[in-house]
Amino acid sequence: MTSASDELWILGIHMTKFGKHPDMDLVDLASEAVSGALADGGVEMKDMGVIGAGNLMAANAGIGQQLQKQLGQTGIPVYNVANACATGATALRVAAMAVKAGECDMGLAFGVEKLSGAGLLSGGSRKDDGGTWSPSGRYGAVAPVDGRIGTEIMPGVFAQIGMEYGHKYGGTSFELFARISEKNHSHSTLNPLAAYTKKMSLEEIMGDIMIAYPNTRPMCSANCDGAAAAVVVSGAKLKTLSLEQQRRAVKISASILTTDPWEESCQILPDVNTLTRNAANQAYEQAGVGPEDLNLVELHDCFATAELVHYDNLMLCEVGGAVDFFNSGATWRDGKTPVNVSGGLESKGHPIAATGIANVWEVATHLRGEAGDRQIQGAKVGLTHVIGLGSACGVHILEKSAA
Amino acid sequence: MAEQIPLVDYLVLGNEPHLEANECTACGARFFDRRNACASCGKNDFTKVDISTTGEVRAFTIVAFAAPGVPVPYVAALVDCGGTSVRANLINVEPDPEHVTLGMKVRLATEVIGTDSNDTEAIGFGFEPLGG
Repeated sequence: MTSASDELWILGIHMTKFGKHPDMDLVDLASEAVSGALADGGVEMKDMGVIGAGNLMAANAGIGQQLQKQLGQTGIPVYNVANACATGATALRVAAMAVKAGECDMGLAFGVEKLSGAGLLSGGSRKDDGGTWSPSGRYGAVAPVDGRIGTEIMPGVFAQIGMEYGHKYGGTSFELFARISEKNHSHSTLNPLAAYTKKMSLEEIMGDIMIAYPNTRPMCSANCDGAAAAVVVSGAKLKTLSLEQQRRAVKISASILTTDPWEESCQILPDVNTLTRNAANQAYEQAGVGPEDLNLVELHDCFATAELVHYDNLMLCEVGGAVDFFNSGATWRDGKTPVNVSGGLESKGHPIAATGIANVWEVATHLRGEAGDRQIQGAKVGLTHVIGLGSACGVHILEKSAA
Repeated sequence: MAEQIPLVDYLVLGNEPHLEANECTACGARFFDRRNACASCGKNDFTKVDISTTGEVRAFTIVAFAAPGVPVPYVAALVDCGGTSVRANLINVEPDPEHVTLGMKVRLATEVIGTDSNDTEAIGFGFEPLGG
């Protein structure tokens, strides 16, 4: 037993290439990410005191223990977590909390998903109704309601979230949302680990297949396979490691998870705003930094319409100012606050449980000065954000080592 | 006239079809589903309240790609009915961004969604343009 830790650091971190991995199963992908993170940190499985294991689509399968069966059955506690699209961030929180509480001085977190070719991930298919009407469920519905009482498909839910922002503050349009997607697809050309690295013109994006207006296909997150893993270490333990390990370690200045507090319309259209703003507020306070200090942000652009509202929710701009903020060029990689220089979920891809650690990998890689062609020069502070409907929001603030 | 049944139990049929909500008697929060307690304040005493049949479109999307068997395109919306948010389709309107706009005024309308083997009609609802 060690004592409670004041500081948390990322010692090692790794992500697989996102995309199609037909010859790898979940355990193969997770193993590649975890082995990579351990090697990156210069540690081994036997050094780990806890595992936070994230996988959503096979959440009852015990992915943490499956990984141990391949990489090392050391008997440590495994917490298998599922928290929608915040699953990866939740796994990281588990490792961070265990280290913070002093239960161990090093913890492992990973997230893995196989989603290539998965199509729509929600929305009820409808068969011939037949038979006789019989009310069921919490609304006493006699037939499926998706498509009859609004929509349950994610591109449609998040389309409305972007449109609601437009109704409240003005300035949005199909073209504006498409321009956000244009930015992220442009950024992806510099990221060799992204699932899609093709630059797309505004005309191509707007002319592509419409999924749920105003989101066309390239404005939606890309279903793909992938995994990411991180080793969390306490500040005290880090001081005992090599200077090289200390130099490359990335400080976790804030690690926050929130859920959606009750708001008038939150059970009608999910409120992704309040819990993100709450998480951001807590994170800035915990880290002692403000939005103006951020050199880069990886936020949850599950759809182009979502990215816009999170500029505001993360307080990167003034309240109501997200459209002007984007139009100023601030969120392009050469702008004031580069957002999603990885290409974001729209082009890097969104293997759900991997996303909340892969975005930490992206920011950490820039803070280490190891991001190659897409390096944001001089990056010292970055923020990552994920949101899972239901809802859960994870925000991490990371800082470059002073060592 | 055929027997009728509402698509969901919070749709009240009759001469003046309308939606009704469970309103928390302690804090006034409104819900359309069966409740265990109030998600806003935690109390568990509710009363039925009628929801205004007119409202304003606060958000919409035009779904062009849906799960198998769901006809497209359709317009899904968040309608503000006198301060109570309602999820519904917009009906009796062309499903394109020239005809559907943010802030448009709408009213509740019902439609038959199907007939079962006992000849009972299931009645759904949507919102249509007001005075259009």
